[in-house]
Amino acid sequence: MNFDFSPDQRSLRDQARKFLAEHSSSARVRRILDGAAPYDAELWRGMGEMGWVGTAIPELYGGAGFGHLELCVIAEELGRSLAPTPFSSTIYLAGEALLLAGSEAQKKRWLPRIAQAEAIGCLGLAEGAHVATPANLTTRAQSGRITGTKLPVMDGDVADFAVVLAAESAGRAGLFLVDLKGAGVIRTPVTTVDPTRSHARIVFDGAAAEPLGAPGAGWPLAERLLDRAAVLVAFEQLGGAQAALDMAREYALGRFAFGRQIASFQAIKHKLADMYVAVELARSNAYYGAWALSKDAPELPVAAPAARVAACEAYYQAAKENIQVHGGMGFTWEFDCHLHYRRAKLTGLMLGSVRRWKDLLIARLETGAA
Amino acid sequence: MDFDDTPEEATFRTEVREWLSVNAEPKSGAFETWQSRYPGRDGYEGLERAKEFQAKKAEAGFAALHWPVEWGGRALPPIYQVIYAQEETRYLVPRGYFEIGLGMCMPTLFAFGTEEQKRRHAPVALRGQEVWCQLFSEPGAGSDLAGLRTRAQREGEEWVINGQKIWTSGAHWADWAILVARSDPKAAKHKGLTFFFLSMKSPGIETRRIKQISGASHFNEVYFTDVRIPDHQRLGAVGAGWGVAITTLMNERLTSGDLRGPDFEEVFGLARSVALEDGPAIKNAAVRERLADLYVKTQGVRLTRFRTMTALSRGETPGPENSIGKLVNAPKAQEIASFAMDLLDMGGVVMDKDAAPLRAAFQESLLSSPGGRIAAGTDEILRNIIAERVLGLPQDVRVDRDLPFDQLPTGPR
Repeated sequence: MNFDFSPDQRSLRDQARKFLAEHSSSARVRRILDGAAPYDAELWRGMGEMGWVGTAIPELYGGAGFGHLELCVIAEELGRSLAPTPFSSTIYLAGEALLLAGSEAQKKRWLPRIAQAEAIGCLGLAEGAHVATPANLTTRAQSGRITGTKLPVMDGDVADFAVVLAAESAGRAGLFLVDLKGAGVIRTPVTTVDPTRSHARIVFDGAAAEPLGAPGAGWPLAERLLDRAAVLVAFEQLGGAQAALDMAREYALGRFAFGRQIASFQAIKHKLADMYVAVELARSNAYYGAWALSKDAPELPVAAPAARVAACEAYYQAAKENIQVHGGMGFTWEFDCHLHYRRAKLTGLMLGSVRRWKDLLIARLETGAA
Repeated sequence: MDFDDTPEEATFRTEVREWLSVNAEPKSGAFETWQSRYPGRDGYEGLERAKEFQAKKAEAGFAALHWPVEWGGRALPPIYQVIYAQEETRYLVPRGYFEIGLGMCMPTLFAFGTEEQKRRHAPVALRGQEVWCQLFSEPGAGSDLAGLRTRAQREGEEWVINGQKIWTSGAHWADWAILVARSDPKAAKHKGLTFFFLSMKSPGIETRRIKQISGASHFNEVYFTDVRIPDHQRLGAVGAGWGVAITTLMNERLTSGDLRGPDFEEVFGLARSVALEDGPAIKNAAVRERLADLYVKTQGVRLTRFRTMTALSRGETPGPENSIGKLVNAPKAQEIASFAMDLLDMGGVVMDKDAAPLRAAFQESLLSSPGGRIAAGTDEILRNIIAERVLGLPQDVRVDRDLPFDQLPTGPR
């Protein structure tokens, strides 16, 4: 039984934690929160130099050729430090889509640039304030041109290319690769609940698009892609949840009321114990997802939604209760509690709501996947 | 990351499998227990058969894997106990007879008893010839064990015991017991306790079985009237009983952690087989959401145990984070029972085995699961343990710590 990360992977985690403590400190995250820059370009370049961006990209395409376990290790630390970079959209979504379905030429064109943090990618799936389904998809692809509006697109304002889900004919959709620097692309930044990660509305007006993967395979491909991303995002959420729990603990130990540390009141102790239990259950589910992802195991279709459900709920619980433990100070802009509260809700929706993932989990158990 | 045994662990697992396949019977259904197979003579038939099985288990060297070799153990790390327990769950094997004696009483005797006492008691306990129980909890001392009031008064080379214990598993058939009692009511609560072991056949001991809300009787009340214990059966110094009791409790075994009653698989199966007003229960959105929550919790606990096993396999000691298993599983058992009965609507109340799904396993669990949230650490105590020992938060403010015990406020009892 070896259900843990290896000594090498743990030393990568220590290295990442140390680097991010300096380069993604609260002060640095707040530069993005309060400033005009969409992301921390210096941190993003640094992550490229550290070789993290290309962690799971094969050496053939200019990456480091490690596996997804290493990527999970890094994701946890990025979540812990709230790193304001386009890492998740570029790596978990666009990069994974290329690895999953890209032609040799497509991989050769984009992956080496991604691996150096020289290109940013994004995924265009949602079309506004409702669930996107095969029946209501309005973005259309025809004869190599794509038309329609995607909203919100994480990092869509700064990305070089997008992977876009678009309808081809009735009920059939495909994934397409679009160069966002080309003609027929209008991008407008949109504000979201989490200003430390930038989002855009992208209007495609006959933009040139090349198919990514087989025609008509868009939904199944997107589903596989989201499963893989769910595990990676779960690790970001796990890191964030642990950080929120640690913050709540520190504050409860240092704050005195009624003549004693508030951490000595059972109402607070039991709240923190419940947060701890939620984080540990999420950690165990995330580890299983990491194992399934790294082995491309048949268990992944069940392990991924379980990891996502547990991580979404643990992060939201930890972030929400962290504010409560902090009392009035937790409700101020000045304290960092709201950064995790925002990120928890953002990551809880970025791949689809927990409600939907719970339904998916049961559907997969019904068909006997894994 | 993998789920494989080390070569040594794999060899051991093979040995266990081969032995069990020859010496143990498979279960006839998922919820069959030794006690349900052998209910005869008020449970004593099960005890006698359990003793026979235990003798074979001891002969094969599986009865106390972590014990020192000189006492019939194999001095193996705890991971081997987990492997044995995993293999054993597929068989109908006795449970609840010898765990307290071998897992808690004997290790206390090893730490505090004389060589002669160990020689007298360990081999017969190992083979199941003598059964032990633990006389700790009292009507007024449950979660707050150190608040116990059973008196131990010294008379020459003997101690005289008066008082009452409760929730004592197996006291009605136990041959021996460990006991913690108050030797000095003038001392502070934790400092006036002394620890003993005694024969349950001693004059002045009366045991009464407690009927639980499920109708079963696993526990007893034990009354002491002028029970005499020789001083050489005292374990540890006079007044040092609390420290000895802590040693006993630290030896509580890694429990297997899986629910004994219906778990996720059973309620998932039920949801797939029953219909609601709008079609199959499994197609109902609210049902699906509850099932998903239960699945994620169930997997979370199972996988957390794999992480614990990983620590054990590396020779590390898993910490109190182990307590999350029971804290999650015990309320979950109650939730599954109640949720499953809801799926059966008006018919959910029926408990006749022939008329209820899974021979009324959900209904039985409704009535047995509240105990799981109380026994061996209530939900609330477990949260305190996590808060204090894992998260390092301060202990509760204690108003009773330094006062003489006989001046502490008490309720009507």
